Amino acid sequence: MTDNIKRNENYSRYVNAISPSSSALSSLIKAFIAGGITCVIGEIVRNTFGLIPGITDEQAAVYASVVLVVIAILFTGLGIYDSIGRIGGAGSFLPITGFANAMSSAAMEFRSEGLIMGTAVKMFNVVGPVIVNGIVWSAVAGILRYIIALISGVL
Amino acid sequence: MIFSDTWWGWLLNYLIVFTSGGLFCLLAQVLIIKTKLTPARILVLFLIAGIILQAIGVYEPISEVLRSGIAIPITGFGASLAKGSIEWAMQYGPLGAFAGGLVQTAYGVGIAVFASYIVSLIFKPKSK
Repeated sequence: MTDNIKRNENYSRYVNAISPSSSALSSLIKAFIAGGITCVIGEIVRNTFGLIPGITDEQAAVYASVVLVVIAILFTGLGIYDSIGRIGGAGSFLPITGFANAMSSAAMEFRSEGLIMGTAVKMFNVVGPVIVNGIVWSAVAGILRYIIALISGVL
Repeated sequence: MIFSDTWWGWLLNYLIVFTSGGLFCLLAQVLIIKTKLTPARILVLFLIAGIILQAIGVYEPISEVLRSGIAIPITGFGASLAKGSIEWAMQYGPLGAFAGGLVQTAYGVGIAVFASYIVSLIFKPKSK
């Protein structure tokens, strides 16, 4: 029995030793390219919206992320994003498209458990921590800056 | 855009966007391989990095150069949240800090929730 456990330990150590090194470099390159391409698409959309008179660069940036979010969710629905995610690794989940994909794929996957307890609850499975931490820490940032402004006499 | 006047400036801009966006994702991939952090934790890490950069006032100058390279990764989402919180806190007092971030990012989050809901009604997940 102990011999068996020891053998399993040795085996998993062996697997750990050989598996990352063979694929690590290629996964890094894939993440770099996938992330780079996503950002370039965002930049193209942003610059295109920027050409429209009356739209500021800041608004164009908002539209660009909205367009990327909608495309990513559509791709998730069509089952295309899964293949992108398998190749891109971090390059497919770190951009805003990954955020949208995490949301929509969870919503779809748990649809069978109902619209309330499935879709609506599980939608925030992955992105919940992002939203919660985002609200908490940005509120801290806002209050700190307010206090600093108060002390330094800006307000 | 700071390099947009000539064709090479235009090209340089896209090159910077590609490289910086790619490097952020490469860094996240390194974290996955080396630390075995889950994607959700890495997202939160980069989000908070964006909030801190915005809070100390260095995000804006950086994003003028990197543009979509830093705005499209989740760092941009964090920076938007912090930007809204800070602006609202300055304008409407400390309570504004709790609303400003949500207002600033409402387009993205609102559309993401709406579209995800619709997609879950229309499409069935592919069997794995």
